Amino acid sequence: MKRYVGRRLLQLIPVFFGATFLIYAMVYALPGDPIAALGGDKGLPPAVRLAIEKEYHLDQPLIVQYLYYLKGIFTFDFGVTFSGRPVVEVMADAFPWTLKLALMAIVFESVFGIAFGVFAGLRRGGVFDSTVLVLSLLLIAVPVFVIGFLLQFIIGVKLGWLPVTVDRSMSFKSMLMPAIVLGAVSFAYILRLTRTEVARNATADYVRTATAKGLSRPQVVTRHILRNSLIPVITFIGADLGALMGGAIVTEGIFNIPGVGGTMYKAIFQGEAATVVSFTTILVLVYIFTSLIVDLLYAALDPRIRYE
Amino acid sequence: MRKNLFAILVAAGALVFALSLAGCSSTEGGSTSSSAATSTDGDGVVFAYNTEPQTNLIPSMVNEVGGGNILELIFEGLTRYDVDGTTQLAIAESITTADDGKTWNVKIKEGKKFSDGSPLTVQSFVDAWNWGANPENGALSGEFFMAIEGYPEVDDEGNLVGEFDGLTGLEVVSDTEFNITLAESDPEFDKQLGYSAFYPLPTGSLDSEDALEAQGTQPVSNGPYMLKSWDHNVQVELVPNPEYDGDIPAQNDGVTFMMYTDDSAAYNDLLAGNLDVLDSIPADAMSTFMDDLGDRAVNQDGAVWQAFTIPYYLEHFADDEEGRLRRQAISMAFDRQQICDTIFQGTRTPATDFVAAVIPGHSDSIEGNEVLQYNPEKAKELWAQANAISDWGNATFKLAYNADASAHKEWVEAVVNQIGQTLEISAEPEAYAQFSELRNDATNGTMTSALRSGWQADYPSAYNFMGPLYRANAGANDSRYDNPEFESVLLEARSQQDEAARTEGYNKAQAILMEDLPAIPLWGQNALGGYSEHVDNVVVNWKTVPAYQDIVKK
Repeated sequence: MKRYVGRRLLQLIPVFFGATFLIYAMVYALPGDPIAALGGDKGLPPAVRLAIEKEYHLDQPLIVQYLYYLKGIFTFDFGVTFSGRPVVEVMADAFPWTLKLALMAIVFESVFGIAFGVFAGLRRGGVFDSTVLVLSLLLIAVPVFVIGFLLQFIIGVKLGWLPVTVDRSMSFKSMLMPAIVLGAVSFAYILRLTRTEVARNATADYVRTATAKGLSRPQVVTRHILRNSLIPVITFIGADLGALMGGAIVTEGIFNIPGVGGTMYKAIFQGEAATVVSFTTILVLVYIFTSLIVDLLYAALDPRIRYE
Repeated sequence: MRKNLFAILVAAGALVFALSLAGCSSTEGGSTSSSAATSTDGDGVVFAYNTEPQTNLIPSMVNEVGGGNILELIFEGLTRYDVDGTTQLAIAESITTADDGKTWNVKIKEGKKFSDGSPLTVQSFVDAWNWGANPENGALSGEFFMAIEGYPEVDDEGNLVGEFDGLTGLEVVSDTEFNITLAESDPEFDKQLGYSAFYPLPTGSLDSEDALEAQGTQPVSNGPYMLKSWDHNVQVELVPNPEYDGDIPAQNDGVTFMMYTDDSAAYNDLLAGNLDVLDSIPADAMSTFMDDLGDRAVNQDGAVWQAFTIPYYLEHFADDEEGRLRRQAISMAFDRQQICDTIFQGTRTPATDFVAAVIPGHSDSIEGNEVLQYNPEKAKELWAQANAISDWGNATFKLAYNADASAHKEWVEAVVNQIGQTLEISAEPEAYAQFSELRNDATNGTMTSALRSGWQADYPSAYNFMGPLYRANAGANDSRYDNPEFESVLLEARSQQDEAARTEGYNKAQAILMEDLPAIPLWGQNALGGYSEHVDNVVVNWKTVPAYQDIVKK
């Protein structure tokens, strides 16, 4: 078990170098000239251009630029943005927003997705089951920005029940609507996944055995049906955390959340390699850790799975 | 079973860690109190839309509106601009030139102070300008100092010529007086001095990296407001500056700029009453905002002028009779008014000249401006004449735009379609993924098509719409236009001391441009926006920015 975790952690090293170099190279290969963009329509005086190129090593070949970046990382210096702010500061600003948003979305989609899924699965073909099936299909089919704009306009602008955009204190109230919008699609997937698994397992032999043994219905459901049904659901939720953190850009835009998605989008457009690479590296690490945790959870859920 | 337990513990630990991280950050945010939701309390603070400044708030460093909006409220220059674009003396007591604008004498008012109480002397200007002109500092607005004698030069290989040791054109006489020598006579130089790049900085703020960092993030300033806090990507709080004794004091208890990445979110906040002033309207609300906001909507002539440029180095568009005929034909081949009405829902106004509508010197009676009217017959005729000189064959006319700004695709398609239909040639849009790519090709002179361009004045003068764009060596001369006659008429006009004579001269210069069409004027972008029921006296200035200091909270 410990060896397994150790091995997985060792894999981080090549993944780190591979990911940072690939992304650095991709930003480098982006068409356009980041310094020209800084100058806008007017352009910069040649002497200023020269100075900026030198400062950001943009006059050096790709590999040298990358080595400069790596050198910085090992001294915990993630570089600076074109505006002169340390990337570390930018990350410290953006990640709390996105982390809170993603976690709220995960909690929302898991709690409601699994609960609704279990109810629907146990009464397959019933009124509740049919209703949630149609509703979840709708959520999957409608693009997230449509859901976002609709909710924002109806609940925020017209009814005034929840704030239209987030406030700077990241209050639960103002983050609620964005979290629901962000988690909406995954909520539908989790619901459907849970429903199918529960329906399948409900007719399994071991469930009949458990019932015959005299266990109460709640005990059968939680200890036997649910536990076996959760494995694919957990996989989905684990992979989703990473996706929600990096991919919340649409939701962030609608509700004006200064999070990771928007910051990265801007950095990519400005060709700010240091920012893009640093953010992506963190996201890659998040993916790796969540997938490790998911794998460990398998063992907890299914005693037949062992890691050596 | 023990192994399972271990697995659960690891997972639970990771989860608790993640949650506590989120928890920490939220309390950290919460402790700084005051939120957007309280903006409706009417405590005298105006909540206004803005975008996150892209640089630190050092005046010569800023070259975009996000930072510019803030700078213009917290600083005051030697001159300042009225709402209608008239230049007024501000910190300066007098600005005079004895020799048609080659050398200038500046005297400043006594007793002016920065927000920390430190005195404002001419050294505050000279130091700030020298810093901005030093290429090593990479000041993005550094080009404004090119006008002053001693601006560093670069040789053909792109290396700096000599060491830069301050602008030789700046000479301090006393604490309240200094002389400026320009590289080239400019009788309108005093008009430029109100631009943010020329703002002063307090003594010592440029001495070290740390001082600079402090000045850039917590500026000590001399304008009607001072910066109280800057919460990156969230908001900037400005409060009235107690040391300010100028002509435009704050009429409210402060301006808080809320940072948005998307103006749709801001528009919804405005509708819900969480935002007081919005100086932009999202594309999806273009057709409805006048109804949504009623008399709180702003839709008036603006400062942004748009055009497209056909470089002279393109085949068939050289600086000769053929090129001239083809440019005129293309200009008359599409209907500006119709595109403004249908695609922009009346939020743009067809151009009548080369100067934005709000700038003093704009005119709708320039000689030859019928070339900007839709006239398909005439267009065909001119095109045929050009074909008689050199056959167009089955070449394609292309117009390039940058697709990263959402607004361009539709009108570019409309324009090229109309040109294609009128002239019976093949015409198509050419999309660049990014603005920077387009600028790269334009600056290097490697365009293979016409390109869109826009221009906004830095200071209210018609010259600012012609000099930087059409003079042979100008940085933004994308078409590579080179007409000595135009240049001499333009410079002659600028050297006039009398405002009326100057305007007349600029009109003559514009008449030459009408004939040559180094750029084909399209339309002016109206100033659009709206404000909430909680504020009053929202007046949009010549730069299409609301005069925030005059806004009163109800």
